[in-house]
Parts: sequence; C-alpha cells; structure tokens
Amino acid sequence: MIAEFGLAALWLAAALGLLQLLLASAAARAEGPAVALRSVRAVAGVQGLMAGLSFAALLLLFWRTDLSVALVAANSHSSKPLLYKLSGAWGNHEGSMLLWVTVLALAGAAVALLERRLSDRTLAATLGAQGAIAAGFYAFLLFASNPFARLAQAPPDGQGLNPLLQDPGLAFHPPTLYLGYVGISVAFSFAVGALVTREVNPVFARAMRPWVLGAWTMLTLGIVAGSYWAYYELGWGGWWFWDPVENASLMPWLAATALLHSVTVLAARDGLRAWTIVLAVVAFSMSMVGTFLVRSGILTSVHSFAVDPARGTFILALLLLYIGGALLLFGLRIGTVRAGRQFEAVSREGALVANNLLLSTILGVVLFGTLYPLALEGLTGEKISVGPPYFNAAAGPLALLMIALMGAGPLLRWRRDELRAAARRIALPAALGIAAFAAVLLLRPDIGVLPLLGLVLAAGVGLASVAPLFGRSLRRTPLFTWGMVVSHLGIAVALAGAAADAAFTSETLVALRPGQAADVGPYRVRLDGVRPIAGPNWTAVEARLSATRGDGGFALAPQSRAFSSPPTETAEAAISTRLDGQLYTVLGRPTEDGRWQLRLWWKPWVTLIWLGGALVALGGALTLVGRWRRERRSAERLAWA
Amino acid sequence: MRRWLLWAPLALFAIFVGVAMMGLRREPATLTPSRLVGQPMPAFSLPPMLPSRPGTSGGGQGPRLVNLFGSWCVPCIAEAPQLLQLREAGLTIDAVAIRDRPEDVRRFLAEHGDPFRFIGSDPISHVQVTLGSSGVPETFLVDGAGLIRAHHVGPILPEHVPDLVSQARALQ
Repeated sequence: MIAEFGLAALWLAAALGLLQLLLASAAARAEGPAVALRSVRAVAGVQGLMAGLSFAALLLLFWRTDLSVALVAANSHSSKPLLYKLSGAWGNHEGSMLLWVTVLALAGAAVALLERRLSDRTLAATLGAQGAIAAGFYAFLLFASNPFARLAQAPPDGQGLNPLLQDPGLAFHPPTLYLGYVGISVAFSFAVGALVTREVNPVFARAMRPWVLGAWTMLTLGIVAGSYWAYYELGWGGWWFWDPVENASLMPWLAATALLHSVTVLAARDGLRAWTIVLAVVAFSMSMVGTFLVRSGILTSVHSFAVDPARGTFILALLLLYIGGALLLFGLRIGTVRAGRQFEAVSREGALVANNLLLSTILGVVLFGTLYPLALEGLTGEKISVGPPYFNAAAGPLALLMIALMGAGPLLRWRRDELRAAARRIALPAALGIAAFAAVLLLRPDIGVLPLLGLVLAAGVGLASVAPLFGRSLRRTPLFTWGMVVSHLGIAVALAGAAADAAFTSETLVALRPGQAADVGPYRVRLDGVRPIAGPNWTAVEARLSATRGDGGFALAPQSRAFSSPPTETAEAAISTRLDGQLYTVLGRPTEDGRWQLRLWWKPWVTLIWLGGALVALGGALTLVGRWRRERRSAERLAWA
Repeated sequence: MRRWLLWAPLALFAIFVGVAMMGLRREPATLTPSRLVGQPMPAFSLPPMLPSRPGTSGGGQGPRLVNLFGSWCVPCIAEAPQLLQLREAGLTIDAVAIRDRPEDVRRFLAEHGDPFRFIGSDPISHVQVTLGSSGVPETFLVDGAGLIRAHHVGPILPEHVPDLVSQARALQ
C-alpha cells in the first residue's frame, strides 16, 4: 500500500506542477487577475507537500525493508543498521532522483509561501518556471525511473548498499548537497520570471538574494562534507579528486558564488543586470548538466548508479527544453532590459566584474576538462581520462589569481576609487604576503610554485579579509559584513590547508611484522598486532598501531573491512587529528611472509581545508541572518513612519 | 555589453548538447572485454571445500571452466541448470566457492545439481580479487596451456551455452 500511496502522490505532484505552470501563465499577464496568483501560490504549496509525502513513503519502505519493492530489494538488506536503511533510500538512481525533485518542489513551495517582496507578475512567472521544471523531472521519474515499482515475487533478502556508502557522513551528504544543488533552481526561476516581465532591478535582486545565499550555504556545506568523506573513507589520502561528480557539484558552486556577488551589486548599485541574470540561469543549468552527466552514465564515476542511455536521452531532452529555453529568452530579452548604472574600472564593482569573469573562466576550464574525454572519444574513438594534472595546472593559477583579487576587492570603494588610496589600504596585507614569501623561501626552499604561492596568498589574503573590520566598532559592524569577512577568511584558511598539504605531506608505504615500527613525518608508528573483528554486516581485520612523537603517544586502529552483501572490501582509514595536522593510516594486504602492508601519511595542517570550508558556509549563514534582520528593521521603521 | 556576447551562453550550450548526444550514441561501456582474456590463469591453490574432493588450483590443467559461485548467491541458482548442461556436453568445470561453508555448499549442490570436478574454498575472496572478479557468479574459460580464453561476468544463461560449448570444443 505504501508504495502505491507514494506513486499516487508523485502523479498528483506532477499534475499540480503542470497546473502551476498554466495558472502562472495567466497570472503573469499584465491584466492577470489577483486571484490567479493566490491560486498559483496554493498549488505550489500543495505540490511541495505531495512530493514530500512521496519521498516520506519511500523512506518508510526502506525503514521497513519492504522487499516486494524492486528498489528496496536491490539496495537494502535486513541486517543493515537503521541509519543506512534510511540513507539507502537515496543511495541509488531512482531514490536520489526522487530526493532531487522533492527538494525542487519544496524550494518552489517555500518561494510560494514566503516570498513577499517580488512584484506579483514576476513572482507568478517565477513560480510558473519552477512548476515547469518540476513537471519535467516528475515525468522523468514516472516514465523512466519509477522508485516504487513492485517485484512479482519478493526475494528472501535484499542485495545490500554499496559499503562505501555505509558511512554516517554519507548519510547526510546528499540531502545537504541537494538543498544547495537543487535549491539554486529558485535563482533560475527568478531569472526566468524577471526576463518574462523585464523587471530586472534592485527590488528583484533583494528578493532573490536570500534564496541564493541559502542555497549557496548548503551547497558549500555539502561540498565540504563530501570532500571530507572522500578523504577518510576512500583511504587514498587526497581531499579532491576531480572526479566528474565532484566537478558536477563544483560547477554550480562556482556559478552560484559569482551570482552571489553579482546580485549584491544589483541590489546595492543597480549594476551588473545581465551578469546577474545569466549567472542565475547558469548556476542551476550546471546542476542539471551535472545531474545529466552522472545519471546518464556517459561519464563513469564512483557516483554513477546505473548506466542507461534511454534515461540519458530523457534528461538531455529536459536540458534542451529548460536550459536552451532560458538562454534563448536571455538572448532575446536582456537587450531590451534597460542598462544598469555605470562605474569606473577601479572600484568595488570593477573588482566584482573581474571576480565574475574569473569564476566563469574557472567554470569553463572545469567544464571543458570534464567533457573533453567524451568529445575526444566521440570524434576519434580514443579513450582518455583527464585528471588532476590538467585541472591543477589550468584551474590552480586562475583560482590563486581570483583569491588575490578577493583580498583586494572588499577594500575598494563603490563606484570609483583612487588608485593610490586603494594601494595604501592593500599595503599592509601585501607586506605580510611578501614576509611570508621570504619566510617560506628561507625555511623550505624545496616546495613547488603553486604551494608556495598558495601559502603566500593565504597569509596576505587572510589579513586582507579581516581588514574591512579595521577602524570599525566591532559591535556595530552589520552581521552581513561579518559574514563576508568570515567567508573570505575561510577561503584563505582553506587555501593555507591545501597548500600545506601539497607542500609538507610525508607519505610512506611499508610492510611490517607485529612489533616493528616505521617513521613518517615526526612520528614513529609501531604495529602492535592484527586481530579479526566483526560488525553488524561486515567482518574485518584490524591493525593496532601506536604512534609516538617525543614522549606522548596514542593508538590507531585502521581496518580492512569485508562486507557480505554485496561482497566488497573497503579500507577504513584510522586518522588521528593533532593540533598541527593529521596522522592518516591505512591497512593493506598481508604479504606472503606474514608482514602487513601499511600506508602512512603525516599531513600537516590538512584540517584547515575543511575548517576553512566550514567558515565559508558559516559566513553565508551569517550574511543571510544579517540581511534578514536588516530587512525586518527597515520594515518596522516603515511601519512606524 | 556587445550584442553577440548575449548569445555566447546559448552557443556554448549547443556545443554541449552536441557532445552529449555523441556520448549517448556510444556503445555502453559495460561491454569492455575483460583484461584477463589472453593472460595466463594466475597461480593459486585453494584448500578443498568438501572433504570428498580436491580443491581448485590455478595454472594449466587441460581445458576447463573455472566457475566462481556462492551457495548464498541467488543468480548462481539461476545459472545452475546451464552448468549441468555444459557438464553433460563434456566440459570440465572447477569451482571456487566464495565466502562459503561446507554444509551450505553441500545443500546447494544437493538442491541445484553438482557439475563440479574440484571445489576450492576461498573464504576471504583472495582468489576472487586475484582474478579481478567483481562478484558472483563469474566464469573463466581456460585452455590447456593455462591461458584465459573467455571471461563471463554474471550468470550463464541458456543462450550463452552453445557459444561456450563451441569455444571449449575448439580448445580440445
């Protein structure tokens, strides 16, 4: 019954999505009746409710391990812990697409219920666009990826979830990521709405900004969490692999970051109108392109659940309709939108335009690298893979340039600035950067160019990011200024971590007998013994290691786990976080003569990468709250006047 | 902004669609042949699963099929009748029982038929990993010199039988 209920809710939601589009096209007309907008709001709310109920039904099926449902039988197992039974609901193609469209519908419902600032016509057009996108993806679920399909005969037990996905971090990573990844659809719909009514102005920008901020914050958190998961669960010691799916989440983030800055210029200075609109369209387009690349299976990756060209064709058709349609509308309409206010090259706006250009270029570089193997294979039949060497060499310098600019931008004045005065404000951070350069060259002259530049920039930009607070009363500084400072500082912190990891990591691969020890970085790691242990649905061999540096010591226990269903082995790294870095240990195979392979890393300051990422997201949250409080206060002031 | 620039995003998107359509028309990647075909069978020697017959070992021992299975594996049940047919057609089949117990294997063979000459026990999937196998069932066709001639992933279905028989006969 539950499965049929979920399917019915999904059909209803699809019908409501279409109805939303129809009503909205009536409401968006100049002479459209006011009642039409109210009904669009109501329909969008109910559509969100139906999608939510449908997803809840799927969760319930996984919770009860209802094996008569094909998806549950293929991805769950009765012996799995409860958390992984539930997370199994989105650890597969159909379930993750249902989560995707549920987030889309809930985001649309939130706009319908909460948005009060946008003009009625633009809001109607926005909700129409959101309904249209939802309708297409409901159709994809219903016709090509039904998560509620029943089996003719229920098997005695399920086939289990990919053990790599059985991890608490990964249970929460997809929902967080999707809130950002799909939540940014709101910005897309806002842009389409504004193009339909030609109302691209500061009011529109102020209405759009909180939605962009919210989605961007969640997307940042999702990416940071995913990166940390890959770091400790895959056991390869890296934190970013330029895997197609990582790129699929990075590309919307790059566009959304540019959008976030662009929309601020539009709200504050009525500039960058075309930029704001195109970035809003591109951000969610990148989410859809990413979904297509992963779900069609044309790029293979850890994240691809199913390879099915028919599904790929379906999604590609949806992309043609939505992205092609939005960009066509952009080309036709944006020329008729009045140009925004002008500004000088040396100004806050000028720096933000450079920021947009650089972020867009990095986005282009990542997209090119992701699609290049596909294009080459299609043209010449040659199979290649584009990996970190390309991405680091092409995107790395651009990213460093952008981060340097990020340090300078907030110190420039709006509209126009004196070059000399600006140089004076940047002098102190620049001096710190030069000092860092000298210090690194003196102490560690052997590190590479990119890590060196990274460390130097981290020092200079770190100081420059907090410079906007200098000379201000910290208590009276608005929360959204704090948000900017915290986010920018977070970027500098993450850069410091990445550069330190690239420059100073020591790594060693050894085969030890119990009682023997090996050195890595400042540590001596001793293999005390190896023993078998058992978990709820796996068995493992666990090595007991003790690490010492100076006098203090601590224990580590990396495991090599064997899962029974499906039969797979995973390496569970044991990681010890110290104040100045992490000791990362992985247990490998036994050798013929009774020794055990161990891979050991000492990674100084590596935790700064995710700490910085978390700061970036925190800054987003602070800005969101700060903007909300400012709006409320000015609304109160208006009410008093 | 110059007018043509406004159309640049759409132009880039059109290129993307072109590339994506090429990608979709391509042969599915699942059909890539196993890299082990043409390679020698890796050397291994497994202990017997059942006391009544020897365990399976790697290397050359005359043309044979090496079948990886598990009594706990549902597709292996579906495969069992085809293995019996292959046995009747005169092929030698050696088995590697993955992560299994003697009493379960005995029950499995009693229920679904016993086409095997040797059965080796691979309790922690060592041989499975050595053979580059990703699951069960999988079957390798090995020639007299110990070279792997074919690698079948997944259950052998009735339509695969004639092909396997003719390939095996060609080796004798």
